[in-house]
Amino acid sequence: MSARNRELLGLVPASLLVTAGFAAVFIQRGSLSNVSLTYGAIFLGLCVAAHVFLRVALPYADPYLFPLVAVLACFGLVMVYRIDATLARQQAQWFVVGLGLFVATIVFVRDYRKLEQYRYTIAAASLALLVLPRLPGIGAQVNGAYLGVRIPGVFVFQPTEFAKIGIVVFLASYLRDTRQVLVTGARRLLGVTLPPLKHFGPLLVIWGIAMLLLVVIRDLGSSLMFFGAFLALLYVATARFSFVLIGLLLFGLGAWYLGTHVPHVHDRVTVWMDPLNAHRYPTTGYQIANSLFAQADGGLLGRGFGEAMLSTPGGGPLLPAPQTDTIYAVIVNEVGLAGAIAVLLTYLLVVQRGFKVALLARDSFSTLLAVGLSSVFALQVFVIVGGVVNVIPLTGVTLPFISYGGSSLLANFVLLALLLLVSDRARRPA
Amino acid sequence: MSQPIMKLFAVIVLLFAILVGFTSRWSVFEAKALRDNSLNKRPLFAALHVKRGEILAADGSALARSVRGPGGTYRRTYPTGSLFGHPVGYANLALQQLSGLERFRNDELSGQTNELDSIVTQLQGKRQAGNTVRTTLDPQAQRVATQQLEAAGGAGAVVALDPRTGAVRTMVSTPGYDPDQIGRRGVFAQLNAPGSGSPLLDRVTQATYPPGSTFKVLTAAAAIDSGRYTPDSTINGDSPKTISGVPLRNDGGQSYGDISLTTALTYSVNTVFAQVGVALGKGTMADYMQRFGFYRKPPLDYPADQRIASGERAANGRLLAPASPLIDVGRMAIGQDKLTVTPLQMAMVAAAVANGGTLMKPHLTDRVVDPDGRTVKTIAPVVDSHVMQPGTASQLTQMMRHVVEEGTGTAVQLPGIDVAGKTGTAEVGAPGSGLTQPWFIAFAPAAAPRVAIAVTVERSQGGFGGTVAAPIARAVLQTLLR
Repeated sequence: MSARNRELLGLVPASLLVTAGFAAVFIQRGSLSNVSLTYGAIFLGLCVAAHVFLRVALPYADPYLFPLVAVLACFGLVMVYRIDATLARQQAQWFVVGLGLFVATIVFVRDYRKLEQYRYTIAAASLALLVLPRLPGIGAQVNGAYLGVRIPGVFVFQPTEFAKIGIVVFLASYLRDTRQVLVTGARRLLGVTLPPLKHFGPLLVIWGIAMLLLVVIRDLGSSLMFFGAFLALLYVATARFSFVLIGLLLFGLGAWYLGTHVPHVHDRVTVWMDPLNAHRYPTTGYQIANSLFAQADGGLLGRGFGEAMLSTPGGGPLLPAPQTDTIYAVIVNEVGLAGAIAVLLTYLLVVQRGFKVALLARDSFSTLLAVGLSSVFALQVFVIVGGVVNVIPLTGVTLPFISYGGSSLLANFVLLALLLLVSDRARRPA
Repeated sequence: MSQPIMKLFAVIVLLFAILVGFTSRWSVFEAKALRDNSLNKRPLFAALHVKRGEILAADGSALARSVRGPGGTYRRTYPTGSLFGHPVGYANLALQQLSGLERFRNDELSGQTNELDSIVTQLQGKRQAGNTVRTTLDPQAQRVATQQLEAAGGAGAVVALDPRTGAVRTMVSTPGYDPDQIGRRGVFAQLNAPGSGSPLLDRVTQATYPPGSTFKVLTAAAAIDSGRYTPDSTINGDSPKTISGVPLRNDGGQSYGDISLTTALTYSVNTVFAQVGVALGKGTMADYMQRFGFYRKPPLDYPADQRIASGERAANGRLLAPASPLIDVGRMAIGQDKLTVTPLQMAMVAAAVANGGTLMKPHLTDRVVDPDGRTVKTIAPVVDSHVMQPGTASQLTQMMRHVVEEGTGTAVQLPGIDVAGKTGTAEVGAPGSGLTQPWFIAFAPAAAPRVAIAVTVERSQGGFGGTVAAPIARAVLQTLLR
């Protein structure tokens, strides 16, 4: 079977899932109508349209990436609908816009290798995007972190979502150039392999930027995501684990300093260490404690779609930010550990396909780009899910394709488009 | 670059495995601890969405029921208001405040009989619903007892048992409170405020009063059942007698000469029973007290912290050991000294005699019925203890009949029904204040008792057991024996 036919077949379970999901939510609300079928049909129509486009534009691209993302997106749509129908309608609109951007990326960045020429422009633009939320007047502070830019009347734009792609493009390009020098010029000092100072300099700069990010946007999770992607790329480019170790040490040092000196980050860390502290429960500990309680309520198989308790009888929030930060807790609550593992496996499959693309790619830039995009995607999942399950301090990153949020959906569709572009070139018969 | 890529992927798989591990930890392995965590309000909020079962009187009338409130939640109402406030209690789920049967039977009322059943119910797609709790309480008698107590001057308690089964027929504590009002802002503080008369205190099970002469029934039981005395044993009833080195007087300082134990009970002669108590000794007295239920929380399907044990208590309120040197056994034998009792305990004393010496465990619940009308639990009569031989009980019954026929308890006489009883009047407050704690314990009909009762009134101004408490007992007995 050709790649594109396999892709088409892969969309069938996605459509079934969205139909069944909406049906379940409607049944729970006691009003099953053909609306669930309508949603399923519209969704299927959109996906088939995108598929037809891929058939023409990228005939050799990986056949599983798009259906996997479609499964995640439709599951996300059902979850968001179940949390707030109005948000789901907006999310559905963003989904359409996202598909548009997906198509546009594939059309306009046809030869993605040209991106290398603009790497410093892209890096500068990405950094500018990251600093944007701190600018007075347009910056939006959410729970102490500066992650959003308020565009009046439209929405809160989250520049980090796009910046992560720009940074990965820059790093892939930069490391393609310098990886040889980094390896050959390395010296051993006290049993540790150190990269040559001349080329290590820029890496220190990147570390500095990551630290600066921590201070500027005050978000441990985003910094971890960016720096983690950087280390992943550095490792793949140089095959030197010692570089990663040095990087982790430096990051740990910086994170420790900020965790003890920036009050907002410090709060997150103390709550992380003792999430069920009765003293902090009414204030800083409320979100994570209730996230854990929601997961306990879910158990192995969950309560079922629409059955999770999200607000108190008085109307107050029981689980704050269920449509964004803590949506994973809602997932565990409603579809249980079993469903949550299925979601995590779907993400892992996306990452696996991404890495497969990297392995098949014929040039270093393509490989590094695919690795970088897959890693940043995986790390984003790890940072937010890890926060919700209290592996790391909880931060305000979205769960890709599932959380409510236009920026996140659009940026991740661009990420997917780039991966498919790399994949198409890699798998094209010579 | 393929080697590092594989290794990197392995790291990412490891990271995801950590996520799966932690998700399992919260959702499965530590789920129970999290569900039970006191910060976790979910079980509480979930309870608001469950239609809590009704609490019914013995005749099937509703004492508590749930009605639909806003947002799919339920609201608890109490159709009888303050009448059953104490036995039924209240369930303010939003504030997690529960008392009485609402608290003791919470699992049944909220339908959480057990975890497995709940899961099965869920799988069947049924909405969880609470079971109905049917009590043994008689609304008519409850009403009569409440009216009589309030007419007698306010604070007091009436508790009536079926001596054959232990079923509680009446359980009244005044002043009462309206459980419908308890959720309102400020009401709780108001009910607990000093000077409110402690309406939330269930005087049947939580108040500790000096029992006065009603305790002589227990002393007589110990005297006869131990074989040391018979109802006809003669003892000198002169006044005063020196007991534990201090002179003890009869009521009004009256001397009776040599009289039988029966006569001594009929006229409640202090000096006779004090001598009997001294002769029996602390060991025998303690033995019989424990058989009757003293020195432990009275058994009742009622929250443990709303029940209190009867017995000798030190000045700091702690129970004294039955053999403590601080106990003046002579004065204890006539219900004085540091002896404090709950009305429920005194009703159990009457019930044990009434039931041929066998004390049945008191219970408020008759049965638990599921939403489909099936009885899921029936509270069968359970023997609490064999207090005395049947012979002792029948002799004691005769003695207590004399009290009502010709002695201090004539006010309780009912046409056509033999009542066996004993009065008590404990002096409370400062000496000379004239404040008393009138008591009456009784059972009827004496030949085949169906009701055993204890009545007491708090801080009566010079009232006696025979004049204040006995008429209340009479009215309630009449209602229950109708």
